[in-house]
Amino acid sequence: MTSNFRSLPVIALLTILSLPLVVMYAFTLVDSITDAEPGSLIPSEFTFHHWRFLWDDTTGRGSVWIATINTFIFAGSTAAIVCATSLTSAYALSRLNFPARRFFLAGVIILHAFPTITLIIAIFLILQFLGLFDTLIGVIMVKAALELPFGIWVMKGFYDTVPWEIEMAGVQDGASRFMVWRKLVLPQVQPGLSALLIFSFLSGWSEFILPLVLAPGSDAQVLSTYLAYFLLDDSLEVDFNLFKSVGLFYALPVILIYLAFQKKLMNIYGGGSKG
Amino acid sequence: MQLRLNSFTKTFDNLTVIDELNLTVESGEMMALLGPSGCGKSTTLFTICGIHRMNGGTLHFGDRDVSNLPSQKRNVGVVFQNYALYPHMNIRENIAFPLRVQKLDNATITRKVGEIAELVHIPELLDRRPAQLSGGQQQRVALARALVRQPDVLLLDEPLANLDAKLRLEMRSEIRRIQLETGITAILVTHDQVEAMSMCDRIALMKDGKIIQLSEPDQMYNDPVDTFVAGFLGNPPISFLDATVADGQFRVGDSGIAISDALQPKVHGQVQLGIRPEYFGPQFGIGLTGKISFVETQGREDLYNVTLPNGSILRSIQPAGRRLKLGETVNWGIASDHALAFTPEGTRI
Ligand SMILES: Nc1ncnc2c1ncn2[C@@H]1O[C@H](COP(=O)(O)OP(=O)(O)OP(=O)(O)O)[C@@H](O)[C@H]1O
Ligand SMILES: [Mg+2]
Repeated sequence: MTSNFRSLPVIALLTILSLPLVVMYAFTLVDSITDAEPGSLIPSEFTFHHWRFLWDDTTGRGSVWIATINTFIFAGSTAAIVCATSLTSAYALSRLNFPARRFFLAGVIILHAFPTITLIIAIFLILQFLGLFDTLIGVIMVKAALELPFGIWVMKGFYDTVPWEIEMAGVQDGASRFMVWRKLVLPQVQPGLSALLIFSFLSGWSEFILPLVLAPGSDAQVLSTYLAYFLLDDSLEVDFNLFKSVGLFYALPVILIYLAFQKKLMNIYGGGSKG
Repeated sequence: MQLRLNSFTKTFDNLTVIDELNLTVESGEMMALLGPSGCGKSTTLFTICGIHRMNGGTLHFGDRDVSNLPSQKRNVGVVFQNYALYPHMNIRENIAFPLRVQKLDNATITRKVGEIAELVHIPELLDRRPAQLSGGQQQRVALARALVRQPDVLLLDEPLANLDAKLRLEMRSEIRRIQLETGITAILVTHDQVEAMSMCDRIALMKDGKIIQLSEPDQMYNDPVDTFVAGFLGNPPISFLDATVADGQFRVGDSGIAISDALQPKVHGQVQLGIRPEYFGPQFGIGLTGKISFVETQGREDLYNVTLPNGSILRSIQPAGRRLKLGETVNWGIASDHALAFTPEGTRI
């Protein structure tokens, strides 16, 4: 009881501070299924009209379902590439003594801190040269490459917490280095891996700049660019409630993933496995 | 199985940590590698199990030359200081891991795990996780895992360092019992002389990457080759006195100490006398005058420091109950048969 009373002021403060956000989200939800008189905040009629993008091509840019599938492919492949590469390279950086290891470590940190946008022209030219401009594969590769430093760094942190003696004990027990990694080390960094998987999926899901610049066509568009199109294209009649509905549709998977995996996501900040 | 290290040399970068070390551990023997921190005990141990490569020399298990074999092919069981149990497996799987690697069938694995669990007294813990065990129990599991595939040699790196005093006492005799019951050749790395003396058949005392003396515990205690060995063994430690040989006596300031018959022909000039605390006290008559400068009550015994007029300190251990006070002047004798004489450089005379 006492501890509840003591946290009451904190809860009150947090409530007040987050109230504007909550109100905005609430209105997004309400507006997406209602219509209001011009200039009024109070909705006057209930309608599914703003969700028409689900069955009509309202933009002339193709179906929202294609964009959704593209987004899943984009975010999923990015996450898969980032995880597979981080898992192996972070192990090498954490455990193996190879030439120029320090150089790689420093490089990873610098790349992690590097603003993406400064690279965009160079990447654009390279993709065009490779013939990967305006393709999903091209954006996936770029996105994965840019996410990698973070992934490697996080996974290295997890590997570093696995005691060296555990691996040595495994080797003494007769297991090969690969088997030691697979059977003894991997289970211990698994929480980090799940967190990284979700994290990079979400990062891919919300990526906007890269698809916008590198895949502007409608074939490879993802939900973020699909959504932005409502604002960017002057020829379309502005329908803010439609925009809000698409936004909700876009955010839904993110909310679901957070709800389902919030515990695992916390791991990435805690670092390391316990028990 | 006999273990033989021959002129083993190990360098890290350009630093020679072990230089031309020879060591033979007989079959079924338990050998202690004892020495101060940084003397190369762990390095030697990790070389024997194959974690470190040798820069020179050879290593034989029996007739087999294993110098260039990887760890996996050496058949060595290792117990690490922090036990290194696999946290995500229960105890049964932990112990079974070395057997799973060998792809034995389930029936054999179950039988062997059961047997070894009996040996180390943990059959009731098999379904727990390492995090649910006490330090002593984890230690037993680590032993079981190291022993389950019947290694040629068992290596223990400071196995008792992480235990509290009471458990340490218990595990000391447990490890020895298990070693004797299995008859395995074992090497115990420790910097605790009590551990080495109480658990092992022989002790190799190391310093700066060299073995200074290799002998049985009581011999090393009573017959050290130099002041380093004499000072390393014994608790409370031996005390050293500078003395001159004159008139058939060791002269310390104004007082004289008799020279034993065995030492009489060998000593002359300046010497260092090593006197263990149990050989200095009133029960040996009178001889040296000094002031009591420190009293420590240990229950059964009392430990006194006596400062002589020339400033050197002698330690004495006495049965409890004498109740001598700090600052009191005493005149105690020395058991001259047990006084050890060293040259001023520290070599035993
Ligand atoms: N990987 C390494 N790289 C460089 N020097 C090392 C390495 N491992 C050990 N050394 C050095 O070798 C010497 C012996 O180390 P070792 O670990 O064998 O000592 P030890 O006798 O086990 O000491 P402790 O009782 O503290 O464990 C030390 O001076 C140490 O600094
Ligand atoms: Mg050590």
